[in-house]
Amino acid sequence: MIAPPPELQNDLLEIAMGPHHPSTHGVFRMNVVLDGETVVKLTPVFGYLHRNHEKIAEKNSYLASIPYTDRLDYICSMTNNWAYVLSVEKLAGLAVPERAEYIRVIVGELTRLQNHACLAGFLLQDMGALGTPLMYAFREREKILDLFESLSGSRMMCNYLRFSGCRCDLPDGWLEQALEVATGFDSFLDQFEALLTENEILRARSEGVGVLPPGLAVNAGVTGPGLRASGVNYDIRKVDQYGIYNRFKFRVPLGERGDVFDRYMVRILEMRESLKILDQALHDIPAGPVLDPKVRLRNLRPKPGEAYGRIESPKGELGFYLISDGGPAPYRYRVRPPSLVNLTVLEEMCLGHTIADVVIILGSVDIVLGEVDR
Amino acid sequence: MLGRGILRGLMETWRNFQGSYYDPARLTTVQYPEEKLPPLENARTIPFLIYDGEDPLAGLRCTACSICAVECPAHCIEIVKDTAKKPDYLGRMQFHPKVFNIDMAVCMECGICAEVCPFDSIKMDRVFELSRDGRRMVLQMRDLAKPNHYFRQIHPTEAAAVDAARAEEQRKAQAKKAASSVPAAS
Repeated sequence: MIAPPPELQNDLLEIAMGPHHPSTHGVFRMNVVLDGETVVKLTPVFGYLHRNHEKIAEKNSYLASIPYTDRLDYICSMTNNWAYVLSVEKLAGLAVPERAEYIRVIVGELTRLQNHACLAGFLLQDMGALGTPLMYAFREREKILDLFESLSGSRMMCNYLRFSGCRCDLPDGWLEQALEVATGFDSFLDQFEALLTENEILRARSEGVGVLPPGLAVNAGVTGPGLRASGVNYDIRKVDQYGIYNRFKFRVPLGERGDVFDRYMVRILEMRESLKILDQALHDIPAGPVLDPKVRLRNLRPKPGEAYGRIESPKGELGFYLISDGGPAPYRYRVRPPSLVNLTVLEEMCLGHTIADVVIILGSVDIVLGEVDR
Repeated sequence: MLGRGILRGLMETWRNFQGSYYDPARLTTVQYPEEKLPPLENARTIPFLIYDGEDPLAGLRCTACSICAVECPAHCIEIVKDTAKKPDYLGRMQFHPKVFNIDMAVCMECGICAEVCPFDSIKMDRVFELSRDGRRMVLQMRDLAKPNHYFRQIHPTEAAAVDAARAEEQRKAQAKKAASSVPAAS
């Protein structure tokens, strides 16, 4: 081996990783400074997918913003709808019919299942298990997308929830189909865990990598599975009990070390808890209207005021902050995206690890660039 | 034992591989252009305009009220009102559109236009094989107009409800007309 000349031996190498890098999950760029293969500095660069979401929403009516929220985190459009309609309901003081609340919980938990399945598949793909786990996860996700399509008309851009309810009632046989999918998902999870969770290579690759200390996670405002993997017990479904989450029995899985493996495992366990919620909700759902007929969807003009509605989206705390001046469009519309806030600690997690680990650390944060850049 | 996890995972892969030859749960792929899944009733793609009767342009239900154009999140609908009024299915005089364009390059297929239309005129189609020659992305009235029996065919439940509501309105209007015309005649 030829040794580099002495004047080059202490040189740092700066790499622009992305925006076209296949492992960055979208158009995301990291400026990584490397000493050999070790990361000494990392700067995330956002903004490649900026679509002016907030300003567009300040021009459109309250109803017309719902399809735009689908496109924030395009994997979980149902929970995006939910967070937005929740804040509009707070702003305008609207009540939601009982059946609609149950439908929201069902579609929300289905969304969590498919998001975590996708994430686990992509994360394992980033770790080198090419194709197989991702395809298994997508096979299962497809069944949930079929449910969404028969319910709302679209597989990913559902545009389904409305202020004070949902757009339409469940089609015939939908609940049975959903129950079947939920039952099948349990055996899929067993299969998925048998596939790789105990795999020695995966354990060696992910344990102790990208540790996020609980103190730092709390200070940085990290939420969602990333925070719970560090051992902080904070789930908005339990803390806020928005909707009707106080009626369901489920536990919040916590990690111990806060490394990549814990973040993966917390999501697998969360899927099992989601299945418990789904099972209860699908059996308890009452009959009744799904939309309050007295509420005007079209010309909604809430009284002047402000409201912040937040939910536990699959990626963390998704909140919408709205200020109304009494007009047909919000005066100020602000999204609190979980992906963006969770990304801010990326440098702390990556320092001292190799560039190959940066890929799996980023994968375990679970970002969708539609939400980061908006 | 080191390697047990790997072997267990490989067993799972082997079971899946084997199953892909005979197990219906694993045969999930559809050979698309030759095979197609049955279309779902709720599926939505692009909007279309419903007309009654034979002539697509004369029978349009649209009254050029522009609610859809105002509510459209992407503002992709352009409507120009015709100056003349024509009677609608209840005999009321209504405006009609002279121009009704939808810019398909901008439309995001959300279905808000169909949701807010008070005349059941604009509905969501479910065609998805939309590629064609040329670069014309703006669909005009003639491209958008589709007959009511097509709507009944693609969304039977919704169409039945719409047709029933319209027939009921028509019946009421005729009864009212008959009631008001009887004293005048006597």
